Amino acid sequence: MSSMITRVKQKQIAQLIAKGKRLDGRALTEYREIKVEQGIIERAEGSARVLLGKTEVMVGTKIEIGQPFSDTPNEGVLTVNAELVPLASPTFEPGPPDENSIELARVVDRGIRESKAIEFDKLCIEPGKKVFVVFVDVYVLNHDGNLIDASALAALAALLNTKMPNYEIEDGEVKIKSGYTPLPIKKHPITVTFAKINDKLVVDPWLEEEQVMEARISIATEDDGNICAIQKGGSGYFTPKQVLEAAKIAKEKAQEIRKKLNW
Amino acid sequence: MSQKSEKLIDKKGLRLDGRKPNELRPIKIEVGVLSNADGSAYIEQGKNKILAAIYGPKEVHPKHLALPDRMILRCRYHMAPFSVQERKSPAPSRREIELSKVIREALEPAIFLEYYPRTAIDVFVEVLQADGGTRCASITAASLALADAGIPMKDLVAACAAGKVDDTIVLDLMDTEDKIGAADVPVALMPNLDAITLLQMDGTLSLEEFEQAVNLALEGCRKIYAMQKEALKARYVNVKEVEE
Repeated sequence: MSSMITRVKQKQIAQLIAKGKRLDGRALTEYREIKVEQGIIERAEGSARVLLGKTEVMVGTKIEIGQPFSDTPNEGVLTVNAELVPLASPTFEPGPPDENSIELARVVDRGIRESKAIEFDKLCIEPGKKVFVVFVDVYVLNHDGNLIDASALAALAALLNTKMPNYEIEDGEVKIKSGYTPLPIKKHPITVTFAKINDKLVVDPWLEEEQVMEARISIATEDDGNICAIQKGGSGYFTPKQVLEAAKIAKEKAQEIRKKLNW
Repeated sequence: MSQKSEKLIDKKGLRLDGRKPNELRPIKIEVGVLSNADGSAYIEQGKNKILAAIYGPKEVHPKHLALPDRMILRCRYHMAPFSVQERKSPAPSRREIELSKVIREALEPAIFLEYYPRTAIDVFVEVLQADGGTRCASITAASLALADAGIPMKDLVAACAAGKVDDTIVLDLMDTEDKIGAADVPVALMPNLDAITLLQMDGTLSLEEFEQAVNLALEGCRKIYAMQKEALKARYVNVKEVEE
């Protein structure tokens, strides 16, 4: 993504951060205001909208009956897809998913999958044959930076809001009954992203900071503070010390967010 | 990663292939293996067999992708259909697209991109056989191929994974350990600059375990770095006995 801000502003952002300040007045480890709304799309089995400052991400989940993978015959299936919708940013274009949206989807997927947030064994209908498939579709509606954290949060919020259809098996056929049970979620993985600017780590970079950053790192932690997924991005590097510092801050920040949202 | 009760480490503390927890698999590296490429390298790490080739710096097509102040690096990580147990479709998967991106971003910090404005370098990585840790072996080979192509670099990039199997932190996971182990942490390092250019993780680790895993992976990277330098010397330093 080519830079859309002036060099003067780039310099200003970088110089402020060197002094421990940010252009929008936040502390280096401070998030923008987080707003989470759940159950906003009635047709979806679960849904949520997350506002992270001006970044806006909507996630809808759908549940279908499908086949399990051959190596996990007793487990349901999770599929995460991300759409960088063209109306969200002048840099997004219509067309098949590019590497950025694929990376976004895979990082969101990794946080949920590796933390075992969903109790996949409870999604099994008939071992080896029929399981529930959970589709998580991430829809970026406004891009003002840090899509990873906003998307991961929205995905979790939507999953917490997801209903599984009741069913019974009659003569080997799966029959959907009326009523729903909530999708079994036992963990709350929260992803915290840092940008490296002027050799300093900055939490929750907004769009202009992302255009100045040398590299970013996203760290997902579980409720007990264990790390479950990491992704470094961008064409810069981190020192080993910075990586460990980021892991520590990510754990604290994730706890803060969980507390704020009562998860 | 699904956990099974299978034992990955025996009573003596040795792994399925007889390695100690902090031991690398046997590695063979060769530089300059393809005559058409501007630079190339081949690596075998365990049963991994990977070729990397560099084409460029060259004119950018399509032209609008060119940058006025630096060159662009393009990377394609691709697995041969026969490289894994079940045939893999040759079409690029989402995994391959993500890995192409992270491998590119692991190599970019090492290159003086600003030396060749308006040009492109293509990095092609073909995994001929996969045995766990292909992204790391790909980076190790690709950075040698860049050096072989004579691209000005700040350092070589050496990569190695560490992870956790059966409650033990281990180095350089092979396929089975990667699939049923508890965590996998691939790391790429520019050893002279102490700069981590790739870091990913999946699985579950506590903060302390994560620190151990990163440190072990860095140690592995440094060992691989030494092998990379040997491979470069084997290609370029030709000592001949002088006969009087």
